[in-house]
Amino acid sequence: MNNPPDISQDPSEHEEYAHNVQKHVRGYLIVGALLLAFTAITVALSYVDFGARKANIAVAMLVATLKAGLVAAIFMHLAAEKRLIYRILIFTGFFVLGLFWLIFLAWYDYPVFR
Amino acid sequence: MEIPYTVSTRPDTGLWNAKVGIWLFLASEVMLFGGLFSAYIFLRLDAPPGMWPHGLLNVPVGTMNTAILILSSVTVVLAWAALKMRRYRAYWWYMLATILCGVIFLTVKLVYEWPQKFDHFGAYIKPEALGKYEQYLGNKHAAAKDLPPRLEITGHLHNRAALSDPKIKEYEVALDPLNADPTNPAMDRPHFFPLPVTDKIAKIEKEDVQRATMFLPTHSAYFASYFTITGLHGMHVLGGVLVFIYMWLPVSKKLYQRNPEHLANRVEVAGLFWHFVDLIWIFVFPLFYLL
Repeated sequence: MNNPPDISQDPSEHEEYAHNVQKHVRGYLIVGALLLAFTAITVALSYVDFGARKANIAVAMLVATLKAGLVAAIFMHLAAEKRLIYRILIFTGFFVLGLFWLIFLAWYDYPVFR
Repeated sequence: MEIPYTVSTRPDTGLWNAKVGIWLFLASEVMLFGGLFSAYIFLRLDAPPGMWPHGLLNVPVGTMNTAILILSSVTVVLAWAALKMRRYRAYWWYMLATILCGVIFLTVKLVYEWPQKFDHFGAYIKPEALGKYEQYLGNKHAAAKDLPPRLEITGHLHNRAALSDPKIKEYEVALDPLNADPTNPAMDRPHFFPLPVTDKIAKIEKEDVQRATMFLPTHSAYFASYFTITGLHGMHVLGGVLVFIYMWLPVSKKLYQRNPEHLANRVEVAGLFWHFVDLIWIFVFPLFYLL
């Protein structure tokens, strides 16, 4: 989904533009409804026994990532953004993964209850 | 001097400046929350069996708050779209709805959820005394069902003075349903609707207790991370609400009359922050309330 274009200064084109934004509004409403539905699904799935708690966590995180992806792609317009923003986010992803990786190194270094 | 590129795009980046700014800020926010979430993972993986509590938070209330945040994310993006279409009235109403959602979220957290926790009591029993309290813990039942061991007795503390007065030798606790009826299979898993405290009273001797506190950050690694992360998240909600109030007040209408696209861009940037706060909550909710 692309973002609405900037508004035209030409009043004759304005109506067409408003119509264009209106189409995006419909998309935002659909995404909002999807997010609410996924929330209900997350809650419902947490009461289903997938055999191990680890499996339940994996399922819940999968749904949460899907929801987060919807928010980022549509509400935060990341589905169609300029290259500089993606570059910033690639660096962010790299460093945040590094942060989690450090924690795992520390965890393996400190065996207590495993 | 005019601040450049508030509306027009910079030729080299293809963006107006505030957009680059907010994304750099959000990148730093990812690192801030990333640090806390990795601490959460670390603490949880290292929690000994039975030491990571489940079912202590109010799931329906948490679900409602999640829905409110999602709703506010929709209204803020609609507010922005209304500005893009130059419909100020609609913008004004959507913004008001967003602000109200944020205020409701914070009120539920600070007036209902947190105080309810501060009013709840838990006592971790020493390993050697667990057998003495088997009637409240049901560890034989738990072991037979392959459930994690139960080390804590929770409920409503009748003699609060016992927390600070060393002369009082025991805690009098009105038990939570799990501890009141621990071998009931219905208690094996947390319920969606939290069950009220029962009128069954247990006396727990202080010398059998490893540690006993109200549900404060000192209670456990679980509540410490819960209060830290939801507290920081709540401060973000508060910050967002304050910014939205500024954009909703008449002072911003003046900007709208002068340069509507500038206000639209401000709303977009504040909206990006708001969606990020929503995004954090999308992970906080299952991690603390459900799993």
